[in-house]
Amino acid sequence: MSDVSKTDTDAGPAGGESSEGAARKFLSVRDLRIHFDTDDGLVKSVDGVSFDLEAGKTLGIVGESGSGKSVTSLGIMGLHSSERARISGEIWLDGEELIGAGPERVRQLRGQKMSMIFQDPLSALHPYYSIGAQIVEAYRVHNKVDKKTAKTRAVEMLDRVGIPEPARRYNDYPHQFSGGMRQRAMIAMSLVNNPELLIADEPTTALDVTVQAQILDLIRDLQKEFRSAVVIITHDLGVVAEIADDLLVMYAGRCIERGSSEKVFYQPQHPYTWGLLGSMPRIDREQTDRLVPVKGTPPSLINVPSGCAFHPRCPYADVPKDNLTRTERPDLREITDGHFSACHMSRAEREKIWTEEIAPKL
Amino acid sequence: MTELTKKIPEQESGAGSASGSDSSGPEPILKVTGLVKHFPITKGVLKRKVGAVQAVDGLSFDVRPGETLGVVGESGCGKSTMGRLITRLLEPTGGKVEFEGRDITHLSAGALRPMRRDIQMIFQDPYGSLNPRHTIGGIVSTPFKLQGIEPEGGVKKEVQRLLELVGLSPEHYNRYPHEFSGGQRQRIGIARALALNPKLVVADEPVSALDVSIQAQVVNLLDDLQDELGLTYVIIAHDLSVIRHVSDRIAVMYLGKIVELADRASLYTSPKHPYTKALLSAVPVPDPSRRGGKSDRILLKGDVPSPISPPGGCRFHTRCWKATEICGTTEPPLIQLAPGHQAACHHPENAPDQRPQDTVSVAARETVELAGETPAESTEKAESTEEAESTEKPAPGDAASSDTASDDVASDAPSQDAEGPAKE
Amino acid sequence: MAAYIIRRVFAAVLLLLVVSAVTFAIFFLVPRLGGQTTDSLAAQYVGKGADPAAIAAIKANLGLEDPLYLQYWHFIKAIVVGAEYNFGPNPSVCNAPCFGYSFKTHVEVWPEIVQRIPVTFSLAIGAAVIWVISGVAIGVLSALKRGSIFDRLTMGVALAGVSLPMFFTGLVSLALFSFHWTIWENLEFVPFSENPGQWAWNLILPWCTLAFLYSALYARLTRAGMLETMGEDYIRTARAKGLKERKVVVKHGLRAALTPLVTIFGMDFALLLGGAVITERVFSFQGMGAYAIQGVTKSDLPIVMGVTLVAAFFIVFCNLLVDLVYAAIDPRVRLS
Repeated sequence: MSDVSKTDTDAGPAGGESSEGAARKFLSVRDLRIHFDTDDGLVKSVDGVSFDLEAGKTLGIVGESGSGKSVTSLGIMGLHSSERARISGEIWLDGEELIGAGPERVRQLRGQKMSMIFQDPLSALHPYYSIGAQIVEAYRVHNKVDKKTAKTRAVEMLDRVGIPEPARRYNDYPHQFSGGMRQRAMIAMSLVNNPELLIADEPTTALDVTVQAQILDLIRDLQKEFRSAVVIITHDLGVVAEIADDLLVMYAGRCIERGSSEKVFYQPQHPYTWGLLGSMPRIDREQTDRLVPVKGTPPSLINVPSGCAFHPRCPYADVPKDNLTRTERPDLREITDGHFSACHMSRAEREKIWTEEIAPKL
Repeated sequence: MTELTKKIPEQESGAGSASGSDSSGPEPILKVTGLVKHFPITKGVLKRKVGAVQAVDGLSFDVRPGETLGVVGESGCGKSTMGRLITRLLEPTGGKVEFEGRDITHLSAGALRPMRRDIQMIFQDPYGSLNPRHTIGGIVSTPFKLQGIEPEGGVKKEVQRLLELVGLSPEHYNRYPHEFSGGQRQRIGIARALALNPKLVVADEPVSALDVSIQAQVVNLLDDLQDELGLTYVIIAHDLSVIRHVSDRIAVMYLGKIVELADRASLYTSPKHPYTKALLSAVPVPDPSRRGGKSDRILLKGDVPSPISPPGGCRFHTRCWKATEICGTTEPPLIQLAPGHQAACHHPENAPDQRPQDTVSVAARETVELAGETPAESTEKAESTEEAESTEKPAPGDAASSDTASDDVASDAPSQDAEGPAKE
Repeated sequence: MAAYIIRRVFAAVLLLLVVSAVTFAIFFLVPRLGGQTTDSLAAQYVGKGADPAAIAAIKANLGLEDPLYLQYWHFIKAIVVGAEYNFGPNPSVCNAPCFGYSFKTHVEVWPEIVQRIPVTFSLAIGAAVIWVISGVAIGVLSALKRGSIFDRLTMGVALAGVSLPMFFTGLVSLALFSFHWTIWENLEFVPFSENPGQWAWNLILPWCTLAFLYSALYARLTRAGMLETMGEDYIRTARAKGLKERKVVVKHGLRAALTPLVTIFGMDFALLLGGAVITERVFSFQGMGAYAIQGVTKSDLPIVMGVTLVAAFFIVFCNLLVDLVYAAIDPRVRLS
């Protein structure tokens, strides 16, 4: 772990902490890097991300397309092909390091200790197998039980996630379910082994708003019941505000701000976070005349801009002296207890801009 | 709120007119009456008709020049079909579409061509709607070719002007769509739609495929273009926050019908239809303090019924916590409940009950749960709501306040003031 | 499900009627539309320079002067109940199912076909087993080891297999294994019922020749299907469950990847059942293909017509099977 403290990159809260420190947390990701070799060059999808998550808590990972949020989650699950992805860093799950662990060990943990829900439940469920059979399969991979016991368990889970007539719907196929019901079935499947870590990758993006409310509610209830740690990945700040205790904002493969939801929403410390908040029309506030968009477009992950990757889009890129934003990559620094931000501006500069320019417009 | 009160005087004159439109105001640019579209379902070798998807089933609304009408609803409510009907990309099964006083409901493709100049459409998917083999110049100049128009100064110059107008560089003329990001592609789609100087632009989910930061750029662009060119918009979207931001008036659709049609402020501060209320309360808000059970969220249970066999009576009654017997038998008409505010409900929120003698059935109470409460509590709440509504001869203000127990969105707005004078 | 089967069977029967009508039209209607007289049409059934009496007899026997619908009726009736022809010295009986009667050789076509069916079926079934197993196995392996030497090598060979014409590979293998190394000196068809060992042994070379082309094709199709399927979201879900990779591939990937192959296999196999013309010719097997060639070269229309009809029936039948297999594989077909 000494290499982490040496690197000038995102060292995280556990900055100088030893591996044992990271191992004590339930989920601890240290300097995770996931790069892909492509014909066009090396794509640095995730480039030095660190975070911790305790059992029973929810972490929201927010970012736009290409920010690396989904790649991070697949990396934790060990779902990247070892031939295509270059992965480095450490992932500690309940005291066990996963990147160094063999693929067979990670496979045993997958679906049992950690499980995942995906964005589009129609394509994530196999069209040829019944909902019940798919849940039974998930159960029997990790439990040596007969089919009948597994079926009982599957029906019980379907019932738990609010599918009416679970015993009958057990035999239905995914295409016979509505979108919301499919996502419920997906949740039932991922929770069938009582996982301690649940990763939800855009679990409600494909759903209608009233169904989204149902699903978020369900995830919240189940988390309370099972005391699992939840990582929720989304582009929707509304969804994370609903459900996450902590927030991690990603941009161009790196974490640019991290902290408790309250901190990040009420005292955001990075211009990109301000941009995200200003871009969204808000139903809970007075009508504004204009939204405040972030100019430009997200960067290519092959040619990440020098210095701070956000600088070409940042309205405050010239605030720090010596052209620092263009030449040097900002570290993720702790501002207040547990609130980190990677920005060259001084805390005073940021506070001033936030209170004078940004907050009044939100 | 100020906006709402401001609007009332000019709205008042239109109150009570059949379609709820402003009879004294300017002629509507688009007038839709009883619009119906059924897609037949056929079966077997002989393709005999066994039923129909009632995608759109009796819509009436006006679009006034220069305004933005937002259309919002969940998947399967028929909003996209509606967009394709009013642009006549689809032919209606019934009803009437009038554009600037001219009936275009059943015009042939040839007869439609001149009209296509005036009505343009922007699509959701900026990837699928641009031909990858054509240059940007070619794509944006297609409308000129199709209409056989030679703009002043030549096509190329005009296209470059349009590209500039939507915030792209004129040098992009010879590039291909794949060289652009999603937001830029959507700008290209907008430039194409604006090429012929249309009067009405129908945008179907124009920003839902875009990232948040880009969404705002496109929303602002649409806003600027409206000011600059005096465009009239019909914007179809599922995102209630976006719809609120862009629209002057909003139509809420459920299963092929408009359940509520109102001015923006009025709709968001005092929704009348229970479905609108549930929809608004379900929108996640980027404010962690409202997390968990703290907000009184109405959680609708179950799914939207199939548009092949929609429920009789009020189509929402199967999921409505206020449903009474009449809701299952009689379809509520879309009527004016406040100035500039129409809703189709027997027992509206924030307005006098249309059928006070009916009481809420037990089954109806079970159709929703209020987030963060035990079921018992929510039943009580429903009961108290019901009592308040059935015992009081509802004055408009009371109807709104009787409800605050379960409503958050509506209650934080002083809607009584707005509604007071509305009661005739 | 039952409704689906009934609908499919009904559609197949309807299709058979259409096929028979089209075949009938090709042999009776089209020549007439092309300006042929009934005399010249009748002459084709007995050969050039036939005497007018024979031509008149043909015309009477086939009812060539009758209205078309009546001719079609006789045509169908013959298949169902048989027919009797007064041609030549003795009245000739064509028993049901009468798929034609060769007036040139005084032989019923159907028994001739029946006699050749074992040859064609042996060839087709054996080759199909070989090409499906080898093609799918190679395709799956090269998809999983994409970019490896195995992948590149097999796909190179497969490209050759798809490109090389059958008569070339057939003749080369014959030259090598039969003439040069004389492994199979006497390549005769031995019926399975007589000597299964000899049956299989003598068929190895034709099977492999035939299967080479198809397995190359199937390997490429399987590889493409597999690559696509393994990128699907549900494969990721299967892995996320913690399934072993082998199970992910076989249970989740293969089943979906092979579904489109069922259609193609149904068509290919059905076509072969109608006669592997080139293979039979190269190895001098007396199957349906050879019989069809005999009919064509001797201008014996009833033979050509009979083989055409029977082959078409096989295709319709195989298509029906494909539909049913599809329903069994894909619940979306079964339950929609």
